[in-house]
Amino acid sequence: MTTTALPELSARRRVTDRVMRSTLVAGFILALVPLILVLYFLIKHGLGTWTSGFFTSDPTGSFFGNPGGIRSAVLGSLEIVGLATVVTVPVGIAVALYLTEYGRNGRFANVIRYFVDVMTGVPSIMFGLFIYIALVIAHVGGGFTGWKGAVAIGLLMLPIVIRSAEVVLLLVPSSLREAALALGAPRWRVIARVILPTALPGIMTGSLLAVARGMGETAPLLFTVSTATVLTANLGDQMNTLPVQIYNDITSPRQAIVNQAWGAALALVALILILNLIARAVARRSAMT
Amino acid sequence: MEASASAITGGRSILERSPLARLPDRVLRWGLTGLAALILVIIGYFFVRLIGQSKDAVSQFGLNFLFGNDWDPAHGIFRAAPMLVGTLITSTIALLIGVPVAVAAAVFINELCPQRLRGILAVLVDLLAAVPSVVYGLWGVFVLIPKLLPVEKWFASTFSFIPWFGGGTVTGPNYFIAGLILAIMIVPIVSAIAREVIATVPAADKEAALALGATRWEMIRIAVLPYSRSGIVGGAMLGMGRALGETIAVLVVIGDAPVIGQHLFNQGYTLASVIAAEFGEAANVHVYSSALFACGLVLFVLTLVVNILARRFVVRGAHGRRGTGAAGLTVADAAAEAA
Repeated sequence: MTTTALPELSARRRVTDRVMRSTLVAGFILALVPLILVLYFLIKHGLGTWTSGFFTSDPTGSFFGNPGGIRSAVLGSLEIVGLATVVTVPVGIAVALYLTEYGRNGRFANVIRYFVDVMTGVPSIMFGLFIYIALVIAHVGGGFTGWKGAVAIGLLMLPIVIRSAEVVLLLVPSSLREAALALGAPRWRVIARVILPTALPGIMTGSLLAVARGMGETAPLLFTVSTATVLTANLGDQMNTLPVQIYNDITSPRQAIVNQAWGAALALVALILILNLIARAVARRSAMT
Repeated sequence: MEASASAITGGRSILERSPLARLPDRVLRWGLTGLAALILVIIGYFFVRLIGQSKDAVSQFGLNFLFGNDWDPAHGIFRAAPMLVGTLITSTIALLIGVPVAVAAAVFINELCPQRLRGILAVLVDLLAAVPSVVYGLWGVFVLIPKLLPVEKWFASTFSFIPWFGGGTVTGPNYFIAGLILAIMIVPIVSAIAREVIATVPAADKEAALALGATRWEMIRIAVLPYSRSGIVGGAMLGMGRALGETIAVLVVIGDAPVIGQHLFNQGYTLASVIAAEFGEAANVHVYSSALFACGLVLFVLTLVVNILARRFVVRGAHGRRGTGAAGLTVADAAAEAA
């Protein structure tokens, strides 16, 4: 028995294949170039500013002399995003629970789902503007305050938490739900004892990614918290935050302050990358069990 | 039998819970529904307030607010065409540069690279989205602008015969730099969605193409791309939504000039950046701040329309020939995560 060899590829087809495959590889490399460049320059310009005083002193805000560190910015960012997280994550999980456990494919649930999707596409500046109109101009409990920034950041995080939690909750096998219900457990117990514990790692991953996202947002804070230099833990005051400090520093004509911006940016990116890595580690562990 | 069972426990079946025991369930159910409804109320409330705040500027300048080319706070004249044009120009540049790169990266990761590397390479592209916009702005101002200025100058003088490409002074901050930064920022979004959509291409389609003697590229061209086209278009539009509303990164690299630039390498403004840059000084001038809120309203409506259209494309692309809800969900979910 003889085998017939396939006719060889024509030169034109072979070359086209080569060229197009190389183009795709080039596209992929091109996509990564900015990431590498940004990280490179962050480390190059930022690491040098990380002296011992950088994290333990506040920015002086003065044009002459020592520009100071970023302590108040770190504290403000952690506090504002922390408050936003504490409020948003439970609410987001609750809405996701409504969607998967009660609303399912009902009309109302689908309307909610649609608007949550639309919310993910709303630019972050709009959340700042909304809170600016509703709370800052209206002078609800003062002008610019830290907690209003937390509201804006929270609103921005909410759709991310809801979407990711919903996806994870849907992955909980319905056999678990049905088994618990068949044993006579009331719905709230099924949710609290069976569904939430099963979905917890996945929900944590989504929430951490939402926190990472909230941490880096500048525009919403600009409209709600404004800016400050002094250290304050009071969410009822204007506060300093990492993104806003970087933004303010960029516009400075003074090299020492620009350097401060690089150092603060390196700290911010490091914080966000760590949150991302933790989120992915949690996700991997839950995928294995 | 039913009657006797209810008779024993006084009008209620022995299998039924007492009204008190059912209370937590009721509370939970309506509490959760209420929270969900609250989201709709909040969105609606904000929209109404935004319209209310921008009413004065719109009634004073009418349609000219959108199409008049004259933004002069000192004389109380607010016609926002320069910002609208700047927003559209920078987003278009972002799409032209970002989408081909993002799609190429997605196709490479899903179809060409070794299976083992797939996960880690996808994470690397996703990490582009983890860099905050203010950091891209910082990098743009102090690295991109000075490094690219000579290239831009050469380009503008060499290709000045092409309309809008040159023939005038090249400024450091300009439309092109802003568009380039936006392109970098939309790559992870577009790429994540493209990857999700490409993953739904049936293996049978791809194998059939290969079995007929197609090369890898031919397989991608005839099996992968046509199947995922609709989803990729949707992903590109979601990226555009992101580019339209990006504020800080654009604000620091576009020059903040309230005029329509002569060409690509001129200064300009965008809707989002004008709000962030000028809301402070506008706070005490009613018409001024009203004009900025009107810019916000235009931006809000613009992004809503783009997002709604995008979602239609993405869902259609994912449901396509499958008809199940599962694929649609994963894609919408990827969109949510990437955003």
